[in-house]
Amino acid sequence: MKTKKEKSLYPVWFILPSLIIFGIFFLWPIVSSLYYSLTVWNFETAKFCGLDNYKLFFSEHAMSSSVIHTLIYAFGTSALKVVIAFFIAIFLTSKIKTKDFIRSAVFFPNLVSMMAVGLAFSYMMHPTKGLLNVALQAIGLQPIDFLGNPSTALLSIIMTDVWKGLSISVVIYIAGIQSIDKTYYEAASIDGATGWQQLKNITLPLVAPSQNSIIILSLIGGLRSFDLIWSMTGGGPGFATDVLASVIYKQYAAGFYGLSTAGNVVMLILISVIAFPLQHFLNKREEAIQ
Amino acid sequence: MKKQKTVRLIGDVVGVIVTVIIFLVPFYFMFVQSLKTKAEANKLTIKWPSEVHFENYLEVFQHGNYQLVTAFKNSGILTLFTVIGLLVTAAMAGYVIQRRHDKLMNGIQSVIMLGLMIPASILPTIHMLQAMHIYKTMFSMVMIEIALQTPFAIMLYRGYMASIPTELEEAARIDGCNRWQIFQKVIFPLLKPIQATLIILVGVQTFNDFTNPLYFLPGSENTTVQLTLYNYKGQLSNSYNLLFADIIVITIPMLILFLIFNKRIVDGMVAGSVKG
Repeated sequence: MKTKKEKSLYPVWFILPSLIIFGIFFLWPIVSSLYYSLTVWNFETAKFCGLDNYKLFFSEHAMSSSVIHTLIYAFGTSALKVVIAFFIAIFLTSKIKTKDFIRSAVFFPNLVSMMAVGLAFSYMMHPTKGLLNVALQAIGLQPIDFLGNPSTALLSIIMTDVWKGLSISVVIYIAGIQSIDKTYYEAASIDGATGWQQLKNITLPLVAPSQNSIIILSLIGGLRSFDLIWSMTGGGPGFATDVLASVIYKQYAAGFYGLSTAGNVVMLILISVIAFPLQHFLNKREEAIQ
Repeated sequence: MKKQKTVRLIGDVVGVIVTVIIFLVPFYFMFVQSLKTKAEANKLTIKWPSEVHFENYLEVFQHGNYQLVTAFKNSGILTLFTVIGLLVTAAMAGYVIQRRHDKLMNGIQSVIMLGLMIPASILPTIHMLQAMHIYKTMFSMVMIEIALQTPFAIMLYRGYMASIPTELEEAARIDGCNRWQIFQKVIFPLLKPIQATLIILVGVQTFNDFTNPLYFLPGSENTTVQLTLYNYKGQLSNSYNLLFADIIVITIPMLILFLIFNKRIVDGMVAGSVKG
């Protein structure tokens, strides 16, 4: 009897505004995309064509290569953030005096839009007069056509993404490191463990929950990524930096709505088959450590 | 002991130098370009301008028939209504989802949390908006921003709500409040800290959003600040000074936010990312 009364304190209709907006503007389009991806579609008419869009998507190199680029981009940015942010976080949780300044400076790019960062970096990576090439030449190296060369373009965008998004990972690590019980380190010091051993055997295993959040967050962000790539290269040179999200936009601009929607569904499936098992695996690993 | 101090001092110095080079020089680079003449800016050097031209900022506002003014108005409206709408709806939902632990709520919660991972379907959304006759309207853009950020906001609210004791609601009920009053007068005011965090995170996210306005709010009268940058990239490809002035102008609101709420933002990021 009591539980029933307690429940009545919290009316179910409270969740309706959220649920309605989320259902109409997010969920329903996703459900209907499964159908429209199987059609030749121009918004007026949708003619069912089976799996033709998917066949076309995977047979055209310009589009199928975007899957590979998306994976390289997502795993590349994620791996770099996980590693680099760890060392920055260690540095910022040590006893140095300037950590507030450094933390603020590292955090600031996060507030600048992807569009602005992309544009600014594409000028700094200018093949002849860009700041980065001026610096390279100053130390006696050959200039690099960062964004104009198909073999370096994707990597250059990955580095820019890491520059902009590193701070979130740093902050999550810092929170994880600060929540570790100090007595572990004291005990280890008494037993004569070196700083490196403490890092490897105490800090690293105990920040696993933070690390898992970082991996999942940056991986999903990377798989969806669009605006930075679009502002820096627009998918070029050729198709060298085309990712799923930019193919979706290009096919939309070209008027192939069914094909574009198929690309959207491919992204959905790709994220699902990577993120859900990965999260399950990481949670298992986390439980095993604790 | 003395050796440790030296090591720390070296750490400080090296840390600051590396940080300045990697994270602050790019901003200095953007700023100096925005003050140069067209010819000087096109050389893309990092030198301080031979003559400072603050009027570039005036010019970038005047460009394209005051497009940037329209864009600031649109981005402002979009950000304001998204933040307000999300703050209220997600607080209500997060409250009930955290307090009731029945099957229905767990089911709803797992569906909403899917939104943290899976991407939105773009063209079916445009098609639906057209069918509802609200495509290219501010209303639909606000609804989409709210829908996309609902999972994150509910996650934050739910985490915070767990720290508020349920006795408060019991007491309010005994005092004769109805269920809406309990939420509105007792719970909602207690959510202030997490709301400050959300205002910043949602505000920055919406103001800096490029992709969604690109798809769902096309048209020059609907332009938002990030889209002006995209348009200017084509139109002003020979006037880097104005392009960089635009970058600086649309970054300043975020810079002010950052200077005021520096600590809040960082704490909020942690709360949002770790509690989930």
